[in-house]
Amino acid sequence: MKPGLYSSIQDFGRFGCQQYGVPYSGVMDRYSAGLANIILGNAPDLAVIEMTVMGGVFQFDSDTVICVTGADMSPKLNGETIPQNLPVKIVTGDVLSFGKLRKGVRCYVAVLGGLLSEKILESRSMYQGVTKQSVLLKNDIIEITTSSSFLIIKNALVKLKDEVFENDYLEVFKGPEFDLLTKNQQTFLMSNSFSISKNNSRMAYQLEECLENVLEPIITSPVLPGTVQLTPSGQLIILMRDCQTTGGYPRVLQLKESSINVLAQKFTGDKIQFNLLEY
Amino acid sequence: MAYNLSYKPYGERAIFIEWPAIIDEEILRDVLSFKHKIEKLNIKSLLEIRQSYNSLLVVYGFVEINFKAEIETINKIYSKSESAISLDLMQWTIPVCYEEEFGIDLEELSGLKNVTKSQIIEWHSQSIYTVYFIGFLPGFLYLGGLDKRLHTPRKSTPRLQIRKGSVAIGGSQTGIYPMASPGGWNVIGNTPVTLFDATKQSPCFVKPGDKVRFKPVSLDEYKSIKILVEAGVYQIESEVIRD
Repeated sequence: MKPGLYSSIQDFGRFGCQQYGVPYSGVMDRYSAGLANIILGNAPDLAVIEMTVMGGVFQFDSDTVICVTGADMSPKLNGETIPQNLPVKIVTGDVLSFGKLRKGVRCYVAVLGGLLSEKILESRSMYQGVTKQSVLLKNDIIEITTSSSFLIIKNALVKLKDEVFENDYLEVFKGPEFDLLTKNQQTFLMSNSFSISKNNSRMAYQLEECLENVLEPIITSPVLPGTVQLTPSGQLIILMRDCQTTGGYPRVLQLKESSINVLAQKFTGDKIQFNLLEY
Repeated sequence: MAYNLSYKPYGERAIFIEWPAIIDEEILRDVLSFKHKIEKLNIKSLLEIRQSYNSLLVVYGFVEINFKAEIETINKIYSKSESAISLDLMQWTIPVCYEEEFGIDLEELSGLKNVTKSQIIEWHSQSIYTVYFIGFLPGFLYLGGLDKRLHTPRKSTPRLQIRKGSVAIGGSQTGIYPMASPGGWNVIGNTPVTLFDATKQSPCFVKPGDKVRFKPVSLDEYKSIKILVEAGVYQIESEVIRD
């Protein structure tokens, strides 16, 4: 009924067509989205709704089971508070809504059997220019599997890792151009904490603090989600799931996959620190 | 010719292979032929191989990889000379309408270069361009071979919206906007041809190593080609490149 601030349908992404310039896309926080699916007994990579900062309002036209994970947006069913990280039974006509953001940034809603929205190039992840829609709009109808029988899935043993929310450390590897940095720059990168600027989106997170930098741009070359780029002005940009396939700035660090999930739950003003891992 | 390649791990699941940092057709050929050889290895956990001017990025699926062993496997086949690999390269002739309706920066460019608009169109359409790779936007071709006389700095303030199919010049590069997008390049024309179609299994008909030339068409021709494109029956002029 209402999409919320910025909501889209995402699965684990679109692979194999980066050679055509198509970004991977996919859920920003794979840990939380995967968890929602696993709790329902789905494959972890099925399509879910990803909501950012402010949740939407959804009415169900059939019976099903859902699971809400990720950021805590005070989920409610027909006005009554419901738990996160547990399966919730839905009957036709039920209304799911969200309230105050208490923790994190991105919240996921998985549905038994996964969302059955448009599939383009083997993925349901929304991305402008690839899928018809890039975000959910008011009164959109999303197709789901109708489930008449509700199997209680004994996945209650899923152990919750709260580090996605608690951790301020991002584990990183050296990027292809790391060795071009001076010793001073390397030390600065590893010993300071950085705050997330207001320019943070599914494409990239910019950091406030700058490095003194004389490194020139490189010849356009491949980049990945989690690549930390250093611009000529010394700004650091961490690429996220919707990032372009190639870039021209030196790639100084590369986030570990699990740290991309951690960063996906951070917002403007939050502090992070890099922790260098050896290959 | 064998180059001195550098191999680096790039994150947990990718190997970055780099050639000398030069934009050069000889290097492009070597990059593409190595890519082809790696593909033929049929590495089980391989997700995809990406390529740019002077590099390959070998991306593995959701598995831990042993960098040392993988790099060794890959490097072993680099120096192995095989009988000439056929890359099935094509040359495409892409129709472009340079008329005022589309060539919104032609006037400015002709003033800047102190030549007529038709001179600019001639320079732009007589070159044969090499497709180095696809990036930036889905279906955006990185083309080499722009006439030096046409090199023009990007606009100081980018436009918020450049229409789909716009043919433009930015610095020493020329390109086609495969979809509407903000952009700072100087727009000189528009093609009715679709460069990226997400509903197709191979969403781009052009591939790295192919050649492209632009053929000027009138507004009327543009319109009739557009109708054929929309009906899905337009045949782009093309020929096989033989070395």
